[in-house]
Amino acid sequence: MNKIVSKEYLSDKVVKFEVEAPLIAKSRRAGHFVIVRVGRKGERVPYTIADADAKRGTITLVIQTVGKSSQKVCALNEGDYITDMVGPLGRATHIEKFGTVVCAGGGVGIAPILPIMKAMKEAGNRVISVLAARTKELIILEDQVRENSDEVIFMTDDGSYGEKGLITAGVENVIQREKVDLCVTIGPAIMMKFVSQLTKKYDVPTVASLNTIMVDGTGMCGACRVTVGGQIRFVCVDGPEFNAHQVDFDEMLMRLKAYDR
Amino acid sequence: MSEYLKTERAQEWRETLRKSVKTKDRVSIPRVKMPEVDPVVRSRSYDEVNLGLTADLAINESQRCLDCVDPTCITGCPVEINIPKFIKNIERGEFLEAAKVLKETSALPAVCGRVCPQERQCESRCFYTLKLKKEPVAIGYLERFAADYERMSGNISIPETGPANGIKIAVVGSGPAGLAFAGDMVKMGYDVTVFEALHELGGVLRYGIPEFRLPNEIVDIEIDGLKKMGVKFETNCIVGKTISEEDLKTDGFKGIFVGSGAGLPNFMNIPGENLIGIMSCNEYLTRVNLMQAADPESDTPVYKGKKVAVVGGGNTAMDAVRTARRLGAEKAMIIYRRSEEEMPARVEEIKHAKEEGIDFYTLHNPLRYEGDERGHVQRMLLQRMELGAPDQSGRRRPVAIEGDTVWLEVDEVIVSVGVSPNPLIPQSFEGMEVTSWGTIVVNGDTMQTADEMIFAGGDIVRGGATVILAMGDGRKAAKAMNQYLDDVMILTI
Ligand SMILES: Cc1cc2nc3c(=O)[nH]c(=O)nc-3n(C[C@H](O)[C@H](O)[C@H](O)COP(=O)(O)OP(=O)(O)OC[C@H]3O[C@@H](n4cnc5c(N)ncnc54)[C@H](O)[C@@H]3O)c2cc1C
Ligand SMILES: Cc1cc2nc3c(=O)[nH]c(=O)nc-3n(C[C@H](O)[C@H](O)[C@H](O)COP(=O)(O)OP(=O)(O)OC[C@H]3O[C@@H](n4cnc5c(N)ncnc54)[C@H](O)[C@@H]3O)c2cc1C
Ligand code: SF4
Ligand code: SF4
Ligand code: FES
Repeated sequence: MNKIVSKEYLSDKVVKFEVEAPLIAKSRRAGHFVIVRVGRKGERVPYTIADADAKRGTITLVIQTVGKSSQKVCALNEGDYITDMVGPLGRATHIEKFGTVVCAGGGVGIAPILPIMKAMKEAGNRVISVLAARTKELIILEDQVRENSDEVIFMTDDGSYGEKGLITAGVENVIQREKVDLCVTIGPAIMMKFVSQLTKKYDVPTVASLNTIMVDGTGMCGACRVTVGGQIRFVCVDGPEFNAHQVDFDEMLMRLKAYDR
Repeated sequence: MSEYLKTERAQEWRETLRKSVKTKDRVSIPRVKMPEVDPVVRSRSYDEVNLGLTADLAINESQRCLDCVDPTCITGCPVEINIPKFIKNIERGEFLEAAKVLKETSALPAVCGRVCPQERQCESRCFYTLKLKKEPVAIGYLERFAADYERMSGNISIPETGPANGIKIAVVGSGPAGLAFAGDMVKMGYDVTVFEALHELGGVLRYGIPEFRLPNEIVDIEIDGLKKMGVKFETNCIVGKTISEEDLKTDGFKGIFVGSGAGLPNFMNIPGENLIGIMSCNEYLTRVNLMQAADPESDTPVYKGKKVAVVGGGNTAMDAVRTARRLGAEKAMIIYRRSEEEMPARVEEIKHAKEEGIDFYTLHNPLRYEGDERGHVQRMLLQRMELGAPDQSGRRRPVAIEGDTVWLEVDEVIVSVGVSPNPLIPQSFEGMEVTSWGTIVVNGDTMQTADEMIFAGGDIVRGGATVILAMGDGRKAAKAMNQYLDDVMILTI
């Protein structure tokens, strides 16, 4: 049982929670996630740890309402308890001084890319964030992103904020303009696929954080499996981050529809 | 046989009992048949298939046991339960006493009575099997009877615990290895905490073995007993992730037992294996057992295929295929590359599966899968096999019959071709020696690892094994850790 300390709406469908979890707050690093279950009949669902405060013993989750399970979490209020929460799961992001790092986040992917942005910045990288959403309201966490980036480029599908266009256009501009040493991308699978195709063309090493369907999150079931470089890998224990250029995104996109309801 | 067994056997009540029925009459009693739910009814229900023996049936069966001078059955039991002693207690109607005998050696008799592969263990070494060439005494059924009787009587004896010594011990994993270890340590007065990664306790007993074979209630009661004895449980806590080995040591834990199991499912790495509808048996059974996906109220989804193929021939495969049947599969099939004789599953599971209308494709091996336009599996190509020369294990090796393949229509496939040890602990603990299979290396007598304060047992040491072996390891480790800590304490005082 983990108590919700605060709840804030970042947009219509995106909620930011601060949750009591002292052990996780202490041991987590950028790139880690937790598995959450709400109610006795609830499903186990993964969410990235967007931030943590080891002193207060809390972690931050940013959750977008998609279907049944995310709705259940987002319906909880300050003072409520999350039935089960386990983590930190996955491998932490490999952080070092690469030089110039582009963080390409789309939609609710802006939240999980934030801790990576932060860690990359702390490691002395020049961080350029390219963040995309359908429309202005869906751009979340703008202040924190600005705090942790040397430059921020916003892209919206309808041009209501920043530049009009897709995330790939923004990333391509940067790559054409200057040398990029690493690209990190988090967002809908289809977006990551196109970012990966683009950076491959320019030979920019790219890491994608995959959001496959999971059950246990500890390597026990294989529900989260993806093909990377022709081999089966489990996102929960071997990932969630992989060399994007080797990920079979088409297979992943197909598998994400396995339980469409 | 040991002096102890001899003295026990020489007790007056045992002698009287032995003489009360002639051996000739004992051996002419036919082996009891386990009362079970009708196959048609049960293949639509999660209720336990075996109903258990009535007291009359149990007493009758117990009379078959000859209370042998040399009870070879005991040598077939990995934890050496005093089998004639508990059976003779059943014969004289002292059922609670029988349960006590079981508890001297077994931490989970109600579980082992149900899931042990008896035909390969105790019952294979029974005098009836070895010498009389008759069906063995139904040791497993009787064990289950005594344990269930105790549970139902409301008189479960909570074993006495020694005076608390305040020494903190950590257990990683709440499967049979961890539970057995925890039980023994708390009895010796240690302050035991079990850390479990999942949100429920019991390991494979909970998420793997289905309700119709091992009701959850039985696992709950065993765990409740441990709680009453003072064992603490922390669910949702992954050692090596949520808390590190270092954390445990700074928190004052003086000994660690690793019973983290063989959690990692193997796949066959054949084309199409990642199509939708193809999954590991761990995923399938976890969805159904741990997450109760068959319950319409549950948020966790599960496929309810009509034509379900399960690849493999072990207990896990039988559990999956029988579960698929219960979820409404019209055709539920076992695909196994050897013949039925080589199947590692318990004989009873194979029998039950057949009665429930499972189709067996033995000597068939999957080559690849094809799906529909949405990526959902539609059919699988099978290679027909034949048995060749025996391999090192003595089993005849399956070889492909060149060019002999067949397509099978399926809408769900469950891959049950074994598991690998959970790599979490070996990866995150320092100084752990690991085999090329990923199992942790221990001293076989003490279960101690290369790191003196860490002991390990169960599937993480053996690869995939059995409940009773895991439990036996836990008990062995408890004894050895107690000895080790005694020595350490003496040195440091
Ligand atoms: C490592 C990891 C980190 C994640 N971090 C975040 C995060 O920080 N914030 C956030 O909002 N979301 C995150 N997700 C995605 C989140 O888990 C899914 O949005 C959630 O599972 C959707 O469940 P639902 O019941 O609300 O929707 P559903 O009703 O189950 O499904 C809606 C759609 O999402 C698909 N889906 C189901 N499960 C997942 C899944 N695990 N991931 C992606 N799609 C899924 C379904 O197939 C369906 O098409 C993360 C996923 C992973 C694997
Ligand atoms: C479907 C199925 C059917 C079976 N049928 C039979 C049968 O009929 N008869 C029989 O004798 N055997 C059977 N077996 C095998 C038997 O269940 C196992 O050999 C036995 O459970 C092993 O026990 P264990 O304690 O070593 O591990 P497990 O039962 O696997 O328990 C390990 C536990 O440790 C937890 N864990 C792992 N890592 C960590 C960590 N880092 N921190 C915290 N917790 C952790 C896991 O979540 C799990 O709960 C079956 C197995 C399966 C899968
Ligand atoms: S524990 Fe298993 S092997 Fe031992 S006597 Fe009981 S059923 Fe037989
Ligand atoms: S070997 Fe068979 S008959 Fe003899 S004591 Fe054991 S169970 Fe009884
Ligand atoms: S979620 Fe089960 S193995 Fe990754």
